[in-house]
Amino acid sequence: MTIRQLSIFIENQSGTLQKVLELVKQSRIQIIACTIADTAEYGIFRIICSEPDRACKELKEAGVAVAISEVFAVELDNQPGGAADVVGYFSQAGIGITYMYAFLLEGRGIMIFKPARAVEAEEVIRTNKLRCLSEQDLPVNA
Amino acid sequence: MIWNPNKECMGREQMRELQGKRLHKVVEYVYHHVPFYRHKLQEMDLSPDDIRTIDDIVKLPYTTKKDLRDNYPFGLQAAPPSEIIRIHASSGTTGNPTIVGYTRKDIGVWSECMARCLTAYGVGRDDTFSVSYGYGLFTGGLGAHNGVEMVGAAVVPASTGNTEKHARLIRDLGITGIACTPSYALYLAETMDRLGISKDEIKLRVGAFGAEPWTENMRKEIQDRLGLKGFNLYGLSEIMGPSVSYECEEQHGSHINEDHFFPEIIDPVTLEPLPAGQTGELVFTTLTKEGMPVLRYRTRDLCSILPGECPCGRTNVRMSAIQGRTDDMLIIRGINVFPSQVESVVLTMKEFAPLYMLIVDRVNNLDTLMVQVELRPDFFNATLDTPAAIEELEQRFAAKLRSVLSIGAKVQIKAPGTIERSQGKSTHVIDKRQLK
Repeated sequence: MTIRQLSIFIENQSGTLQKVLELVKQSRIQIIACTIADTAEYGIFRIICSEPDRACKELKEAGVAVAISEVFAVELDNQPGGAADVVGYFSQAGIGITYMYAFLLEGRGIMIFKPARAVEAEEVIRTNKLRCLSEQDLPVNA
Repeated sequence: MIWNPNKECMGREQMRELQGKRLHKVVEYVYHHVPFYRHKLQEMDLSPDDIRTIDDIVKLPYTTKKDLRDNYPFGLQAAPPSEIIRIHASSGTTGNPTIVGYTRKDIGVWSECMARCLTAYGVGRDDTFSVSYGYGLFTGGLGAHNGVEMVGAAVVPASTGNTEKHARLIRDLGITGIACTPSYALYLAETMDRLGISKDEIKLRVGAFGAEPWTENMRKEIQDRLGLKGFNLYGLSEIMGPSVSYECEEQHGSHINEDHFFPEIIDPVTLEPLPAGQTGELVFTTLTKEGMPVLRYRTRDLCSILPGECPCGRTNVRMSAIQGRTDDMLIIRGINVFPSQVESVVLTMKEFAPLYMLIVDRVNNLDTLMVQVELRPDFFNATLDTPAAIEELEQRFAAKLRSVLSIGAKVQIKAPGTIERSQGKSTHVIDKRQLK
């Protein structure tokens, strides 16, 4: 039910993001969605990409602090309140959302998120018949 | 005023005779009570009877910080545990601190030496004196405290921290003297400015400053801002604590309490003794200590013994200001810090590469320490993929550092490959403090 995401530690310095993106480019990995969780001194650069295993391996070999985590990608209704409804199901179940970000896929809103408790989150998704993306659904052009 | 003219103004020949007698006694004492020294002397084919005059001291072996570490915790203690009435600890070069036990007599000698310092500074029974060294394992607080009580001044055990309250007490209680690190004195001056307490409202007239190197410029600034006269106070816990040497009103070098702590200056490379006036490593032998006597302890402090007599009337020799160190020890907020201590903590953290950088700075007259470490790509995993998790890692590391260093450090986690790899001799420290 989940997809794989790369989390990359980068320092807040000019050129650090560029360095990682260059490596991704050299590996011919396609980035589909991304976000940065920033702090005063560093950021966690999160990406959904093609071939996450190979991307992770090659970045690690290049000396990058990178890890793979499992996240959910849920389709939202394209209308006002779409995100509120989905997040509402989880809060009603008492499940915290550690982080989330969203992107558009062929005109549809996709919310990527990491719940505090994955097993219970899956239960909420099933019960409420939420549409969950798998990695095959991602538009990989490479 | 001179607290103990008998000792502080003793004739030079008489002093050397006393030192010789005491040296023989302490060598005999450690020979029988400290296996470490007995073995060392036996290896050198020396018996206590070979040590008769103070000139014989050159025959004796040196003691180093490493010896103290290797004999942690009580290996160099000469007195039986029942005679020990206090234990202090100072920074070791790695995980273990240096433990120093004191007998009742040691505490008495310490108080006497401290009383000599304070009397030279002009402190007496009419003073109210605030001790603003840290009270605790560090020898500064309690060491100075006992001396203030001995001279009969009223001691205010302010310790460190809560500087605003302390500033108000200085004004409200009419505190006349203070013992603290010179950088804390400047921080106090700044705090007073912020609180709107002016120099005219306070009665400070004497400052006993030590535990870290300082300069004539700092002295001038502290004196200007706090309206007091600042005196140097030198000591180290391996020998006793504060009161090993002290400035008199001449403020030209610090008189050594040499009836208790015999000084030598040696070439740190050849280990040959150097004559007065030449700069080298300061070495002390404790002549009267019972708890943990040390023979020819290499302080790693660089200074010289000043030749000639002091116009103040004291005859005990004077040492110059400390001009540096022969090792990489840092003094941060008065606490001794060795880069190797940081290394020992870094090596316990599998998340970090075995690399680190210490960045020392002085911000608003307070020393700051930042420790940079680097993430290891192979130990970076999904449990570290949020700022909260990285912060938790920082805090875990910072807590370990604090327990080893005894001071707080800011931790900065760096990306792999960003800490400079050293070519040859490693550089682990960037000290941005300008001591001019």
